[in-house]
Amino acid sequence: MRTAISGLDLRRATSVDDALRMLADEARTPIAGATDFYVALNFGTLAPRRFVDIWGIDDLRGIDVRHDVLVMGALTTYTDIIRSPLVAERLPMLIDAARQIGGPQIQNRGTIAGNVANGSPAADAVPVFAAADAVVVLRSIRQERRVPITQFYTAYRTSVMRADELIVAVEVPRVDGKQWFRKVGTRAAQAISKIVAAGVRGASPKFALGSVAPTVVRAYATERALASGTPIEQAALTLTREIAPIDDVRSTADYRGQVAQRLLRRFWSETN
Amino acid sequence: MRFTLNGVATNVDAHPMSRLLDVVREECQLTGTKEGCGEGECGACTVLVDGDPVCSCLVPLAQVEGAEVVTIEGLGDDHPLQHAFMNEVGAQCGICTPGMIMAALSLEPDASIDDIKVALSGNLCRCTGYSAIYRAIMKARQP
Repeated sequence: MRTAISGLDLRRATSVDDALRMLADEARTPIAGATDFYVALNFGTLAPRRFVDIWGIDDLRGIDVRHDVLVMGALTTYTDIIRSPLVAERLPMLIDAARQIGGPQIQNRGTIAGNVANGSPAADAVPVFAAADAVVVLRSIRQERRVPITQFYTAYRTSVMRADELIVAVEVPRVDGKQWFRKVGTRAAQAISKIVAAGVRGASPKFALGSVAPTVVRAYATERALASGTPIEQAALTLTREIAPIDDVRSTADYRGQVAQRLLRRFWSETN
Repeated sequence: MRFTLNGVATNVDAHPMSRLLDVVREECQLTGTKEGCGEGECGACTVLVDGDPVCSCLVPLAQVEGAEVVTIEGLGDDHPLQHAFMNEVGAQCGICTPGMIMAALSLEPDASIDDIKVALSGNLCRCTGYSAIYRAIMKARQP
């Protein structure tokens, strides 16, 4: 392990209010299932030094439907999602995504708030949230506010979340239409996505992609093209103008550009 | 930090952000749990925390306070899975074996071969090609 933990400071929050007070007092990074942070810890690339452990806050757990909105607590794990009849009924594409995130060990610890807050453009749950018009609930000692996931990220691993805010829940309104999810990686389990996509085929189609730009992309122009009856081949060309894939260790810009178009065609044919 | 390790009340004086893996191996001297990748990809360090398999390389010590932790040593040396892994040659170099067995413990009695593959999807083996491992787990489940 390359990070000296002696220089790290961890405080454990016993309640949401307790955590919010700590975040208001000084800059601290919330830590939950640690499935991203401890990778950085091992690599010696962990930037923050002060943390607040929120894993023990049971008020941040639980999946519920309130006023026809699916409300998932920040600490909802992928295992919780896979086992949830409410998610199966309302957001089955999130279950498809959860099953392909890591393996059972990661699914038991990784949380939806962690996936959102970590801000990776390859986050597998985030395209699902984007295609489902999910809302991130942020709370600070001063206020609570709701930010649509499509307006949450401002740049690579950068978001509108303020230093004193904590993600307390993710809310998903009723999804109108057939849901679709596809992850493309080197193998089914334990792989980081080369490209990942989620779509909803309803009266107004929705399509979101990960690993094709600095942030997860909601392909609005492509959606408008599909909604207006534009042939799929032409819509796929529109999609290439909405993404900005790069070459990296997992794939190439060229591959990602081609596969993004194929994923759109698959989405369209498989939800017909 | 107090927790239960293999059924025994344990109190460890270590940094709260210590990896559970290091605490188990170094403070508690239980070296059956292996470090493979150190990034949650290989499953070699799998232990059970309150019954759930987790990668102990990604768990801060602070988060197991009051929890029940079970490592491969907690199975003793006469567990059906251990015998089946030996009899079916489900272990070659052996580094992945403790993690494989800990992951397999979570399977229901009526698990199918597909269930076994899913349960073990977080565990990598570079020797066996997995067939002998799946066979061992199937055999261990037969009365």
